[in-house]
Amino acid sequence: MSAQTAEQLKQAPPPRAQARPVLKSGADLLLDALEEQGVEVIFGYPGGAVLPIYDALFRRDTIRHVLVRHEQGAVHAAEGYARSTGKAGVVLVTSGPGATNAVTGLADALLDSIPIVCITGQVARPLIGTDAFQECDTVGITRSCTKYNYLVPSAHKLATIVHEAFHIARNGRPGPVVVDIPKDVQFEEALYTARADAQKRNCIVKPPVNSFQIEQIVDLMRHAHRPVIYTGGGVINSGRAASEALRALARETGFPVTSTLMGLGAFPASDPQWLGMLGMHGSFEANSAMHDCDLMIAVGARFDDRVTGRLDAFSPGSKKVHIDIDPSSINKNVRVDFGVVGDCAEVLDALVEEWRRRNAQEDYEFARTRSWRSRINEWRAKKSFGYERAQNAIKPQYAIERLFALTRGRDVYVTTEVGQHQMWAAQHFHFDQPNRWMTSGGLGTMGYGLPAAIGVQAAHPDALVIDIAGDASVQMTMQEMSTAVQHELPVKIFILNNAYLGMVRQWQELLHGGRYSHSYSASLPDFVKLAEAYGGVGIRAETPDELDAKIMEMIEVRRPVLFDCVVTQEENVFPMIPSGAAHNEMLFGGHHVTGDEVSDEGKALV
Amino acid sequence: MTEPLSQSVYPVTREEGAETEVILAAIVDNEPGVLARVVGLISARGYNIESLTVAETDVEKHASRITIVTRGTPAKIDQIKLQLGRLVPVRRVIDVTNEADALERELALIKVVGAGEERIESMRLAEIFRARPIDTTHSSFVFEITGARDKINAFIDLMRPLGLKEISRTGVLSIRRGVESD
Repeated sequence: MSAQTAEQLKQAPPPRAQARPVLKSGADLLLDALEEQGVEVIFGYPGGAVLPIYDALFRRDTIRHVLVRHEQGAVHAAEGYARSTGKAGVVLVTSGPGATNAVTGLADALLDSIPIVCITGQVARPLIGTDAFQECDTVGITRSCTKYNYLVPSAHKLATIVHEAFHIARNGRPGPVVVDIPKDVQFEEALYTARADAQKRNCIVKPPVNSFQIEQIVDLMRHAHRPVIYTGGGVINSGRAASEALRALARETGFPVTSTLMGLGAFPASDPQWLGMLGMHGSFEANSAMHDCDLMIAVGARFDDRVTGRLDAFSPGSKKVHIDIDPSSINKNVRVDFGVVGDCAEVLDALVEEWRRRNAQEDYEFARTRSWRSRINEWRAKKSFGYERAQNAIKPQYAIERLFALTRGRDVYVTTEVGQHQMWAAQHFHFDQPNRWMTSGGLGTMGYGLPAAIGVQAAHPDALVIDIAGDASVQMTMQEMSTAVQHELPVKIFILNNAYLGMVRQWQELLHGGRYSHSYSASLPDFVKLAEAYGGVGIRAETPDELDAKIMEMIEVRRPVLFDCVVTQEENVFPMIPSGAAHNEMLFGGHHVTGDEVSDEGKALV
Repeated sequence: MTEPLSQSVYPVTREEGAETEVILAAIVDNEPGVLARVVGLISARGYNIESLTVAETDVEKHASRITIVTRGTPAKIDQIKLQLGRLVPVRRVIDVTNEADALERELALIKVVGAGEERIESMRLAEIFRARPIDTTHSSFVFEITGARDKINAFIDLMRPLGLKEISRTGVLSIRRGVESD
């Protein structure tokens, strides 16, 4: 087909939904359903079992398609899109290897509760179960890494299933949904089912706010001497309203706020009530406040093992309130005194309202928490994220600090890979708004950040999207650089290059006597040349003096950039709660490491 | 001084109470793969299954009833119920053991091979337990017995010295007494 006829085909009027029902192919029904669901971008990769869908996509220009270089990248890009917009991300991949390559991304989205609808092709129905070419049991393989999945039995059911898939992905605790469509179903003709007519399963419980429970919680809050609010990714997932409600509650009560890695940005980091991130590499003040509080209000957080440390020593003296949309999260790891099943925004709004109602009746005794606030200030004075500066070499923390300082006031989105750089980014890059920080929290997927940044940039073409990366992680999905160049998505890949698998090296230093087994990358690529090979821009910074100018150069370029920031090799992330330790047993920077910091039992944990 | 904390770093450190056995009934949409979802969840999260029965119970509403017998501490049982409840095709989960007015029945087929006095004794005991012989040869019986698990277990124990050869059991079924339904 010549380019000209292709162009003519593109310009042919797209098929519109008509008043009289018309039979359409399954592929067109799918795209109709995606359009009705408001899908603007699909991240995908074609292959034999989805060719009819790609053919239908070719004939309409309502949906933009971003061609990735590996299906894992498609799912991460959709995650980045979803997390930065609050909409569901959509993925389109082929059968067999297309589906299995997507599995890592699906598992990542499940653990971080990200709404994704992943369309997979499947071999034609008569071939299912015959070990056909590029056949795999997609529904079986993805069952445990999705919120729900479907094998579409006929074109007649296709539109209904797609509508239901979006409903399930978005509502309740969000998550990934796979829709597996056999190739012959994509050809089969059937009538379209509109979103309004589609069946909706009664699977999403969103119980109404229990006002008696709210009164009891506000009672606790008004009598607490050492309160802390502990927020998580649920506050981000619940939408803008939840962040607003959280801010209102914090303002009304004066309570300090900490957050998990997933929840950063829900509460402004510039606020004096902000304690910083908590958990294994969280701030001293956040973890100490969690340990010593007498009232903990957990909102949309799930008491993950990275957060709690040793469970039997976790916040021993506190009453605990847990607000979560997922009933199974409550009492799962930590037994709480009040479990509130509900949407964060609604419950927080109710708490604010009840708090104000009480204020009208009697004054809140703000002095009650005075000594608590001064204790927090003492902890804060320790400046637990501090580090020793270096004259001639770039410290990774310093690089992030400069990156943060030089991008302030811009429309910035940050993604990360997984490892030391991720923790330094969380510690030293600060967020005042939700949906600005995309990181793989639950699954800890190295290689998440580059494709996620592509997804973010696709949603926000004019924003400054930075992937704070490590030299090891970024190579796991490096091929997506090609995607960024092809689709003119000017993402900035800021690599903290220490030539090590840094977090692995740190653990080997702390837990395994400094035996750095296979954690040194002896033959890294030249990232500057690599960027140029991809058609992007490569920049390298090696000394603190040149760092600022190089960062500014990166910001100004309107093309994808690989920034090779050469940092000191043996820096560790501090503070740190070693595995098997409690919140008040932190290690700090400048600490002399002996190699036996962790008990034998602790070594067994990851 | 606080008392010394446990040295274990594993999560199972809180006072969880004794393990009990419970019967859970899950009313589910009868669709392909629903049993795999339930079984997969239970094995992936490391819960026990002692018995499991499933069949469609309402053709019009496309509903099946899955009855699961499982063991665990109260906290674990709560988690199992909540995790099952999270599955999209699961409509509701009923803790049958908590319902004082629930009935429990199981059916078993039991093959006993023997001769002489033992064979006569097995038949005599079968009558006491209201087990029916549904297949007979000169040297064997196959008994069909229904009842609560305790009764079936007791019958099996009695058959053991009398030439018990093979057992086939359906797993537990349950239903509520009276006019109310689940």
